[in-house]
Amino acid sequence: MHVESKIRTPLITGGKSLHDVSNDISRRVEDKPSVSWLIALGLSLIMLLVGGYAVYRTLWDGIGMWGLNKTIGWAWDITNFVWWVGIGHAGTLISAILLLFRQRWRMSINRAAEAMTIFAVICAAMFPLLHMGRLWVGFFWALPLPNTYGSLWVNFASPLLWDVFAISTYFSVSLVFWYIGLIPDFATIRDRAVKAGRTISASVYGALSFGWNGAAKTWSRYETVALVLAGLATPLVLSVHTIVSMDFATSVIPGWHTTIFPPYFVAGAIFSGFAMVLTLLIITRKVYNLEDYITIKHLELMNIVIIVTGSIVGIAYITELFIAWYSGVEYEQYAFYNRVTGPYWWAYFSMMACNVVSPQLFWFKKIRTNIAATFIISIVVNIGMWFERFVIIVTSLHRDYIPSSWGMFYPTMYDVGMYLFSFGFFFTAYLLFSKYFPVINMAEVKSILKPTGETKKN
Amino acid sequence: MKKENRTYWKGIEQLKNDKDFIKNAQNEFPEYLPIKGSSNNSRRDFLKMMGFGLSAATLASCEAPIKKAIPYVNKPVDIDATIPNYYASSYVSGSDYCSVLVKTREGRPIKIEANKLSHISGGGTSSQVEASVLSLYDKERLQNPFLNGKKSDWKEIDNYIFENLKFNSKSNKNNYIISNSAFSPSSQKVIQKFKAKYNFKHVQYDQVSYHGSLEANSKSFGLRKIPYYDFSKAKVIVSFDYDFLGSSINHTLFNNQFAKTRAVNSNKKTMSRLYSFESNLSLTGSNADYRIPIKSSEQVFYIASLYNLLAKKYGKTPIQFKNEIVDSNLSMIADDLINNFGSSIIVSSSNDEYVQIIINAINEILNNYNTTISFDTPYNLRNGNDYEFNKFIKDINNDNIGAVIFLNCNPAYDHALGSIISSKINDIPLSISTSDRMDETASLVKVIAPDNHYLESWNDYEPIKGFFSFSQPTISKLFNTRQFQESLLKWSEDDSDYFDFMKSNWKKLSKSEGINTNFQIFWDQCLHDGFYELKDKKTFSLNSEISNLLKNVSFWIDQNYSPSDGNELVLYLNSSVGDGIQANNPWLQEMPDPISRVCWDNYLSISSKLANELNLQIGDMTTQKLLLKLDSGKEYLIPAIVQPGQAEGTVGLALGYGRKKSGAVGNNVGQDAYEMIEFLKGYQSLTIKNIQLSNSNEEYRIAQTQTHHTIMGRESVIQETTLKKYVEDPNSGQYQMKIYTSKGYKKPEDISLWKGHKYNNHHWGLAIDLNACTGCGSCTIACQAENNIPVVGKDEVLNRREMAWIRIDRYYSSDADVHDLKGLEKASENPDVTFQPMMCQHCNNAPCETVCPVAATTHSTEGLNQMTYNRCIGTRYCANNCPYKVRRFNWFKYHDNEQFDKNSSMNNDLGKMVLNPDVTVRSRGVMEKCSMCIQRIQAGKLKAKKENRRLKDGDINMVCESSCPSNAMVFGDMNDPKSKISKYLKIKRKEENKLQVNEERAYNVLDELKVSPNIWYMRKIRNKKES
Repeated sequence: MHVESKIRTPLITGGKSLHDVSNDISRRVEDKPSVSWLIALGLSLIMLLVGGYAVYRTLWDGIGMWGLNKTIGWAWDITNFVWWVGIGHAGTLISAILLLFRQRWRMSINRAAEAMTIFAVICAAMFPLLHMGRLWVGFFWALPLPNTYGSLWVNFASPLLWDVFAISTYFSVSLVFWYIGLIPDFATIRDRAVKAGRTISASVYGALSFGWNGAAKTWSRYETVALVLAGLATPLVLSVHTIVSMDFATSVIPGWHTTIFPPYFVAGAIFSGFAMVLTLLIITRKVYNLEDYITIKHLELMNIVIIVTGSIVGIAYITELFIAWYSGVEYEQYAFYNRVTGPYWWAYFSMMACNVVSPQLFWFKKIRTNIAATFIISIVVNIGMWFERFVIIVTSLHRDYIPSSWGMFYPTMYDVGMYLFSFGFFFTAYLLFSKYFPVINMAEVKSILKPTGETKKN
Repeated sequence: MKKENRTYWKGIEQLKNDKDFIKNAQNEFPEYLPIKGSSNNSRRDFLKMMGFGLSAATLASCEAPIKKAIPYVNKPVDIDATIPNYYASSYVSGSDYCSVLVKTREGRPIKIEANKLSHISGGGTSSQVEASVLSLYDKERLQNPFLNGKKSDWKEIDNYIFENLKFNSKSNKNNYIISNSAFSPSSQKVIQKFKAKYNFKHVQYDQVSYHGSLEANSKSFGLRKIPYYDFSKAKVIVSFDYDFLGSSINHTLFNNQFAKTRAVNSNKKTMSRLYSFESNLSLTGSNADYRIPIKSSEQVFYIASLYNLLAKKYGKTPIQFKNEIVDSNLSMIADDLINNFGSSIIVSSSNDEYVQIIINAINEILNNYNTTISFDTPYNLRNGNDYEFNKFIKDINNDNIGAVIFLNCNPAYDHALGSIISSKINDIPLSISTSDRMDETASLVKVIAPDNHYLESWNDYEPIKGFFSFSQPTISKLFNTRQFQESLLKWSEDDSDYFDFMKSNWKKLSKSEGINTNFQIFWDQCLHDGFYELKDKKTFSLNSEISNLLKNVSFWIDQNYSPSDGNELVLYLNSSVGDGIQANNPWLQEMPDPISRVCWDNYLSISSKLANELNLQIGDMTTQKLLLKLDSGKEYLIPAIVQPGQAEGTVGLALGYGRKKSGAVGNNVGQDAYEMIEFLKGYQSLTIKNIQLSNSNEEYRIAQTQTHHTIMGRESVIQETTLKKYVEDPNSGQYQMKIYTSKGYKKPEDISLWKGHKYNNHHWGLAIDLNACTGCGSCTIACQAENNIPVVGKDEVLNRREMAWIRIDRYYSSDADVHDLKGLEKASENPDVTFQPMMCQHCNNAPCETVCPVAATTHSTEGLNQMTYNRCIGTRYCANNCPYKVRRFNWFKYHDNEQFDKNSSMNNDLGKMVLNPDVTVRSRGVMEKCSMCIQRIQAGKLKAKKENRRLKDGDINMVCESSCPSNAMVFGDMNDPKSKISKYLKIKRKEENKLQVNEERAYNVLDELKVSPNIWYMRKIRNKKES
């Protein structure tokens, strides 16, 4: 059992007993779907369907359905990709890095955060796939598969290929990590179902729990695997966005060709990931009455992470401007001058306001412990992070070296539709997850409950 | 040997001699096979059914091949599959001419090339010439004759015409043949023959009339011709609105001659100087060293004032007139002209014969006749006579015409008085058109006898006196058409074939030329070369009447010209659609105007001052329509663009647009401006005074392929200097970014961890002289034809998705300080203009190659950056990472797609005949770009291999290079020290993998990125007086 100093506030409030935990969490899985959940799922499916039409037209007619042009070859597609990948950083960070650092407050949020990570990475992966002119061949030509073309091989020098490896590795490790964490909880649900005589549920969760028996040896193995995977996942948290940033950093385009990108991107990713976790959990805890598990303290701790990473991002923005001036390179200087004062100045200022200014509000304890404020700022941060990627991609491309090719980018309905599609998928998946999977890691949370005796004493 | 006694049994039954066994021993299947089940089908039946079923299913699933191609029974001697044949021919459209080579593959013409041997066109082509091959495969061409609007056959229309001509000869009404300038000797004879039989008058007109110039020459020297200008001999050229580089008579030759005077190298450090007075910014003006924006209506004052300055110097009587202009530019020009006595050219666009007389007088004073200007070999390309055409119109108005034949011309559209023709043509008893399409004129006539396309015809031409040129069919007639000469012969009741007729003329000529050898040898040589030059070119002795004529000029000027404050409209021909004859050619419609970069439209070009006055709201690709009111009361709504360099008080508008009946591509594109042309004292004027403009506030989307117009002070993109500085220091104007290292400053190319690619065999390179490039754009259309580049249509150009592999970037200078980045975005009021052809730079350290995840774009062993379409998955990363932005993505499927029906070379079977079989038609979702004409490199290599020799310089030409009229490009093997490019760039080998280019003017665009391109640019030099 977890021993904690008396003066520390408990991580789980409400004097929950072990049984309360199982009840509170499993009940959501066992109950019939609520009306509000059905409405939410319906809305998500509509989004998925409407977005699906955009996907269909893009695949059927071509990438020309989007607003891209000869000057701007990437816009919303890669913006969305980087944005989603960034969001997908929080889960693994919470479950792996915080595990290694023994930050036990992560236990009540890591399940949902990891689920979010997985769905966000799937959303992210959609865009590099769908942005290809020839998805039908690109799907497997981008993989280093043996083929009948003789020595034809992928280009290992291309950052896009690194992306393929980085993302697929990250996705597989995250998925395994998440799933292994789910196994004891599935077993709990299975056992409860057996007891209640719900045969279908018992067999489904029985299968999902891989025959978990709760023996001491099983627990020991479970914890070892969790630790090993945490060790594996930790470098991935840093590497994935580093590699994504290299899509830009290794290019020759002013505004992309920047060595600051890897740390700047990783900080930005954690920043946006935590914001998204906040957005989702604030709703989940409200709807599922999980206020005792996901407490104000959790939110506050996450808000602190947001201040730190938001400030790192802010410093990176200012460093970019400084280096552009300091470098004396005409093109670099113009790229940043144009970012701030050019036709896309509004995107730059949205980014600055949302990413640099808004998280600074969390210095005030009143704000960072206020749920409504946290919710609003968490959304603002993700809007800002979307603009950050838009600013980097579009404003750098739209006026690069040769002035004759300078141009503007205007999104079409289909650009919006693709984005909507990813949201449709994300929410559908998250809703299904929150209904059918335990949203909080019961097994782990049980380990940080104050011992029953102590509760009684108080 | 021991006897073999062993026996073998089939089984125990045989050993035992079983009864049943013996009974069945002879049968194939000795046992009773118990497969037969409840049904009566045997196992064999099953196999049979199965076999049938399988083969039936197989047969049903494969479509029977449709055999469209029929193999030759006997292969024609000179047609080999995959081997192109070239035929010399002559491009003729309206009054324009160009000597060409036609490339045919498997019997289809697919490409028009320049005829490098001919002296008439200077060994180059223009965009319209290059595009004409697509016009051959235009599905809107008429496929058979028409009678009274109904499909007919030749017999029927011939009979109809015979009857009517006979009936007509009884009346005493006038009969007319109307055509553009006629310069085919044999056709002229045919016309003579016809005229003689039926009493017809032959009236010629040109889309843009040279009447004034012709009349002036007729009065000055007694010869109604345009003289031969030799710009290559001119040291000073003064052009008054005469766009000799863009749209004038024979401008391909003028480009070539002009470029020769602009070439500068270590051996020749002199250049001609070009002064241009003009209203609209034309190609000539944008290549001028000094451009003086003036109102077109005030041109005469400048010309006369210049005359007076010169007259003063040479002691002639000045012209007395009211509005003499005192201008420092004029005195500078006069000094320059005096210093270059006898080697200058002064030209004007004016159609007023009196103005042209002054021009003649200036040229005479400066002793330019017989030095730079010659009447010995004048042009036959412009013979139009406004007075005669007016008589025709008068006759039409008076219903005094019995019959009219429009020979390959369309005056209902391209003549100012076309509306009169269209309204009255029904009253003419017999009207015939030989148009190739149901155009504005042909759709109104009684009989259409469609002519062949020039690529299907025999003909001879004499574009310049004494210089003959031939046309030969390169494909059998595609449709049921007939050459107009043959029709005329037929109607003259002469059944001879036009080819025989023409040949017999040449037999006569060959005799007069003293050709004693076999005529066939002579004739074959003529057809092989495509031209024949008379041995003895008679000189024309000039008897000048100018001094007498000048006496009337003063009065004329004062009476007809006065400065006005109002705005005036100045019409012009652009380099893309031109006179509008080929308006249905999508390549031309999508070719951006060399100056404004607008395509798929004509527009009012206005000065920024006027735009402010009119409160014109211009956005990104959007503008507003202006309401244009002419003095005549006509009103038009036309979109406007702000044109730097547009003279105050003038507004430009291109002719050739607004066709109503050219075909699906060209119809209703832009506004017809021919009908705006005014008649002053009987001659046509492209300057329309007293127009009223107001803003209609109606928004309009205008497609431009370039929307940022200034160079933003980027010296690593455009480098330029002045001649004076260049003479002092050939490196002047150089911008060389250097990088500081521990060993001091170094060029980017000298710092590397990697030694670079090794080129053991060839190393291809291209040098482009920015001084020679006039920006005409013929290379862009040549590339389009050669490389199967799709047309995407106006909407997709608006989306910035045009597919051109080579574009000509046009930059205006700016008055702002280099550090004023916002100010640099604004062009000067009268900017210096620079053209820069931009295509894939074939970088040795190509940024596109490293970023492709699937290695679809790779480096060749010969220095080319190659694109493998089959491997491309379309991530577009390469295009993003291209600093030159030359990569083009197939956003849609442009072939066999109804949505891109304007891309007629890929969307109908006829149009597809123009595709180059050596170049893939790209599918949707792949990237493409300039390949340095790899198919031509390959063809050159194969040719050398067949001839068992090494490739030599000149075996291979890039298509842009070979079409360039000003020879601005040099392509070749930079590894070969003897090649032209090696000498041109003064290449020396530093180390094993490194070339050192020692030519002072040569530079790489964006050198500091160290992508090390294989395309070199030669710095632009302006011949300014001040340094």
